[in-house]
Amino acid sequence: MQSTNHPPIKAVPLRHPFRWAVALFLVLSAAAFIVDAAHRSAYDWKSFRKYIFDTRVLQAAGVTLALTALAMTFAITLGISLAVMRRSPNPVFRSVSWLFIWIFRGTPVYVQLVFWGLLSTIYHSFFVGIPDIHFNNFYLGFHQAISQNFSLFWIAVIGLSLNEAAYMAEIVRAGLLSVDAGQEEAATSIGMSWWATMRYVVIPQAMRIIIPPTGNEIVSMLKTTSLVTAVPLVTDLYARTRDISAETYNPIPLLLVASAWYLAFTTILMVIQYYIEKRFARGQATLMAAAS
Amino acid sequence: MSSTAPREPMVVAEQVHKSFGSNHVLRGISLEVSRGEVMCLVGPSGSGKSTFLRCINHLEKINSGRISVDGTLIGYRENNGKLYELSAREAAAQRAGIGMVFQRFNLFPHMTALQNVTTGMVRVQGINQSDAEIEAKKILERVGLSEKLGHYPAHLSGGQQQRVAIARSLAMRPKLMLFDEPTSALDPELVGEVLDVMKELASTGMTMIVVTHEMGFAREVADSLIFMDGGVVVESGKPIDVLNNPQEARTKSFLSKVL
Ligand SMILES: Nc1ncnc2c1ncn2[C@@H]1O[C@H](COP(=O)(O)OP(=O)(O)OP(=O)(O)O)[C@@H](O)[C@H]1O
Ligand SMILES: [Mg+2]
Repeated sequence: MQSTNHPPIKAVPLRHPFRWAVALFLVLSAAAFIVDAAHRSAYDWKSFRKYIFDTRVLQAAGVTLALTALAMTFAITLGISLAVMRRSPNPVFRSVSWLFIWIFRGTPVYVQLVFWGLLSTIYHSFFVGIPDIHFNNFYLGFHQAISQNFSLFWIAVIGLSLNEAAYMAEIVRAGLLSVDAGQEEAATSIGMSWWATMRYVVIPQAMRIIIPPTGNEIVSMLKTTSLVTAVPLVTDLYARTRDISAETYNPIPLLLVASAWYLAFTTILMVIQYYIEKRFARGQATLMAAAS
Repeated sequence: MSSTAPREPMVVAEQVHKSFGSNHVLRGISLEVSRGEVMCLVGPSGSGKSTFLRCINHLEKINSGRISVDGTLIGYRENNGKLYELSAREAAAQRAGIGMVFQRFNLFPHMTALQNVTTGMVRVQGINQSDAEIEAKKILERVGLSEKLGHYPAHLSGGQQQRVAIARSLAMRPKLMLFDEPTSALDPELVGEVLDVMKELASTGMTMIVVTHEMGFAREVADSLIFMDGGVVVESGKPIDVLNNPQEARTKSFLSKVL
């Protein structure tokens, strides 16, 4: 607007020689490492290429994804219920919620998974009674990977969800508390029911606070699934690559295979999270200004 | 809900008491607001003005006394001399008929101006989205905001936000509007546009109870003025009489500070 009358400042920009030196050093070191690793036989890139798209590995990656998706779905549902119970005027609900969180957040997830695995041998008939799920032929291999270990798979899902629900409950609770009390009041004053107020006014605003840590929890869950061997479930990505490397006597390429898949999944999750966060930032003056 | 005689008042409060724990905030408020009347409520901070408005809307439960709006008891149903608490659904239906405008606007920040107005029509009254939008546009035009339909609250000035908040209440077709210091959070130059909307509303015959420090508005628009202090009505009457010729010492000392 003012450009014609007031010429823009012309100045020599400040130099940052030290930054450049450090950056150069890091880039060179990384390059040296990569060149070296590419030729070093211990990494065995041939095996890496051979196994990265191996059917067993792909199926195992599918099991890991299924564990993550199911465990997080249950954990988020249960976590929301626990958070709402913590807000309830009913002291019984509040105590139950508090006790649940106390126990499941206070003990290691590995120990909990071992415990659920043992419990399933004690109450065998209960877990066998859970019905199978039908998959179409396209997913037959994946289906077998799950169905052969059917009860173990669901025990792992249950074990992971119960632990995660305790963390999700705290995240949701913080989100609900972050919404100004005036919002609930305004919604109530136009005649909205408690549930409509939650659903359309409080929860959408709490989402902005809930989503970033939930994204972290999903990424974290993806990696925590590698502990299901405690149940013991051995069809997930980590256990399966470990079993393959027991046959090949070379663990490093298969560790790299597993890492590559974990990394690929977390990268996809980060991208999804970015777009979801943008969507729930609607109406936020600062974020909108930054985006435009 | 018998069709009420035209002379019956819109709001009747009888000996309303309200405590928060040991803090006895309302100590026997009795007043009547007739249909189409604009009543201004003034008083020092902490005198219980907001609490009283919130009781009319049943956002707070009263401890004793009774409040009725349009001939219907608020919060309870009376049967053979016994009171039964209303269900959450019934209480919500009562609130929908009573508009409330807050000092801090309390607009829904994740919704545009238009969505703020339609959301009650859609979620409470069950009107379909497109009809609600047509109606909401008319109401927003009435408060002078037809240019701002798609704007989020964060991109509106305080005066515009408060006018959206008024529109949001009007969308529920209330029979009574409660205003709790609607201009107190506004920059001085934005007060006028909100008061103008309220004046227009008063001129259409809306029954209004307005908690305010705007004595000019009270003088010009209000039919009656109530001075509250310490949870009781100290003085009431026509605005001109109370403002120009206060009878009680407490009223005099309060008015000498605000006028
Ligand atoms: N939810 C609540 N819980 C406990 N005490 C409350 C609550 N709401 C109001 N009070 C108390 O009730 C008293 C009256 O408050 P109220 O907000 O009704 O006053 P007011 O006349 O509106 O004052 P102001 O002009 O500052 O808005 C105050 O002492 C306040 O602390
Ligand atoms: Mg107040």
